[in-house]
Amino acid sequence: MTGSTQTLTLAQGLNAGLRQALTDDDHVVLLGEDIGALGGVFRVTDGLQREFGPRRVMDTPLAESGILGTAIGMAYRGYRPVIEIQFDGFVYVAFDQIVSQVAKMHSRTRGAVPMPLTIRIPVAGGIGAAEHHSESPEAYFVHTAGLRVVSVSNPQDASTVLRQAIACDDPVIFFEPKRLYHVKGEVDAAVDLADAPPMSAAHVVRPGRDVTVVTWGSHVATAIDAAEAMADDGASVEVIDLRSLSPWDVDAVTGSVRRTGRLVVVHEGPRQAGVGAEICATVTERCFEHLEAPPARVTGHDVPYPPAKLEGHHVPDLDRVCHGIDQVLGRVPLDVPTVASAGAGAGREVAA
Amino acid sequence: MPSTTDPRTRKHLSRAGKAHEASVDSAHGGARDHAPATVSPVTTPQGLDPGDTVRLIDADGVRRPDATYDHWVEDVDHAALLRLYEDMVVVRRIDTEATALQRQGQLALWPPLLGQEAAQIGSARALDADDFVFSSYREHGVAHVRGIAGADLVRVWRGVTGAGWDPHEARMAPMQVIIGAQALHAVGYAVGIMADAERAGRPSPDAGTAVGQEPTEAAIAYFGDGATSQGDVAEAFTFASTWSAPVVFFCQNNQWAISEPVSLQSKVPLVERARGYGMPGVRVDGNDVLAVLAVTREALHRARTGGGPTLIEAVTYRRGPHTTADDPTRYRTSAEIEHWEARDPVSRIAAYLRGEGALDDDGEASVQAAADAVAGELRAGVTTIADPSWSAIFEEVYAEPHAGLEAERDAYARYLDGFEEGDR
Repeated sequence: MTGSTQTLTLAQGLNAGLRQALTDDDHVVLLGEDIGALGGVFRVTDGLQREFGPRRVMDTPLAESGILGTAIGMAYRGYRPVIEIQFDGFVYVAFDQIVSQVAKMHSRTRGAVPMPLTIRIPVAGGIGAAEHHSESPEAYFVHTAGLRVVSVSNPQDASTVLRQAIACDDPVIFFEPKRLYHVKGEVDAAVDLADAPPMSAAHVVRPGRDVTVVTWGSHVATAIDAAEAMADDGASVEVIDLRSLSPWDVDAVTGSVRRTGRLVVVHEGPRQAGVGAEICATVTERCFEHLEAPPARVTGHDVPYPPAKLEGHHVPDLDRVCHGIDQVLGRVPLDVPTVASAGAGAGREVAA
Repeated sequence: MPSTTDPRTRKHLSRAGKAHEASVDSAHGGARDHAPATVSPVTTPQGLDPGDTVRLIDADGVRRPDATYDHWVEDVDHAALLRLYEDMVVVRRIDTEATALQRQGQLALWPPLLGQEAAQIGSARALDADDFVFSSYREHGVAHVRGIAGADLVRVWRGVTGAGWDPHEARMAPMQVIIGAQALHAVGYAVGIMADAERAGRPSPDAGTAVGQEPTEAAIAYFGDGATSQGDVAEAFTFASTWSAPVVFFCQNNQWAISEPVSLQSKVPLVERARGYGMPGVRVDGNDVLAVLAVTREALHRARTGGGPTLIEAVTYRRGPHTTADDPTRYRTSAEIEHWEARDPVSRIAAYLRGEGALDDDGEASVQAAADAVAGELRAGVTTIADPSWSAIFEEVYAEPHAGLEAERDAYARYLDGFEEGDR
């Protein structure tokens, strides 16, 4: 830590990180919808256009593919664009520019044209939002070579990791959990990035001996709550804030699981081919002989994100995380979704 | 050079307006006249209505005075026209050679430019060295003008890399396969030009260039008629127009998007798209290299001096297949090909130069010999292209170190080590 700390919300931490990045490098530019006079729908860019001018903080027409494509051209010209996608569900219309252009440009040009873009995306649900405002699309981007994907869980990381993402010469998908925008914490907005932990490093936020819980974003808090609840039940739970989903810190996770012998991955995105599947597969490959139980996943269901009144049944909560921990501890029967029919995928259940 | 406030600009706008009022039926060679809306799109070749389309040299090689555009090419003397002619002959010869190389198995694929030489050479020769080009995959003529030669022109089509040249060195991005995506990249680059001007304390192009100020650089986006249906192109028009970005949208309407006629992409002449975005649009005979040069110069000048983007529709024809894997006989007639062969861009300029006494048989022969030499260099270059090592697939995926990918590469290396040398 190099500066003084102040108490900020996560949204204010992001704002401080953006201000620092705009100050440090005059090639940093912000693009997005409503990020100027309004300061963004979550106020993350509050006051920045007034401070840095409309050429550094640019309100764009309402076209996400257009924003991404424009940012690519600016990167060609040597700029370092930071894009705000207004809501997670709006990123899909920019998917081609991200996957076909941003992710591949450095490889396509054999390194001649880096794409140092940061694509900020408010992510996930739990705030009673309208349709397309509660998505967890991280798996799509983790699956795409050429991108880095991070998610923050506290105001200090919001500030520091955002600055690291902007300074990174690779494109970074930067997920901001909407549920955490108003959560407060101590923030040093002027951390020397050379001293900060690498963007790709996981953090053990609570040490434990019996079970490793890996998660990120808003579910770090849920996992800590679960660890405290389990401590009352005599189980010691280690919680890892993965922070970076691509690349992810395999050594931190496997090192922990080798000690605890048990893994639970918690995420809000759907279960099938979610990031949890990758973590469980890798841990199984590397820690097979250390495992006391099959790795477990506590995730959103394989359904479209439900209407607000039903999201409590979709978003992993304290009870579901505790249930997952109980399963790997053998305290409750292991109960994973199982298709009873012999014809997998036939969509019919065998009559009892 | 005229200033931004030159009435030509406004005249030009009204020109596009006139096209809208008077000649909607010329959009697709009169398709509206002959076909009710309920039938399949008509594939009649698109006509060139002289009332709407800028043309300085007609199909017979006769120079037609044009009060609006003559001014833009008054410096183009016989020597300059001969250079344009030679460019066109050379790129046609490159195209022929590359097609042959594909047939001989030296290239995996090739998208021929035959018929589009004037559109590409006329526009590319209007560019300054420091302008930046974002193209699709058929702009070999533009690449040639940007100094990209030999193996670099075909490296991608040989399947050894994703980009045949260094984009910054050539001031031309690698070819774009995703239809229309590059239009946005050109806009972003142009926004970067504006931002550079502001950082340097110079007036930005969108503020209008003050008297005595140097005009700025510009970006140009090449795309085809099919791309005009893409959302990215529509978004590029919006972004460029509302931001007055110094960019030129150069649409080569070659009548066909693989097998789909332009009538499937638009009910009105493509140039009329410009009106809805509040930018000037100009339709030019894309087989008239002098007219293409003139309209592109005008559009670039407008971009450099604060006038924002321009849409140019260069009406031309793709005489070859979409690529060497395509079979155009399934979707168009030989009569249509003949119609356009009669409007050949190379013989047009040759006829004009001959009529002027500036070109004779010896001159043509010497240009052809120069073109053959370039084709020889291309063929020789292809044989110098080495197959990349397997490890290249893991390189440059990221700009910064990536432990996970390095581990994956190392695991694959260990796997390969299990084979005898030569079996890999």
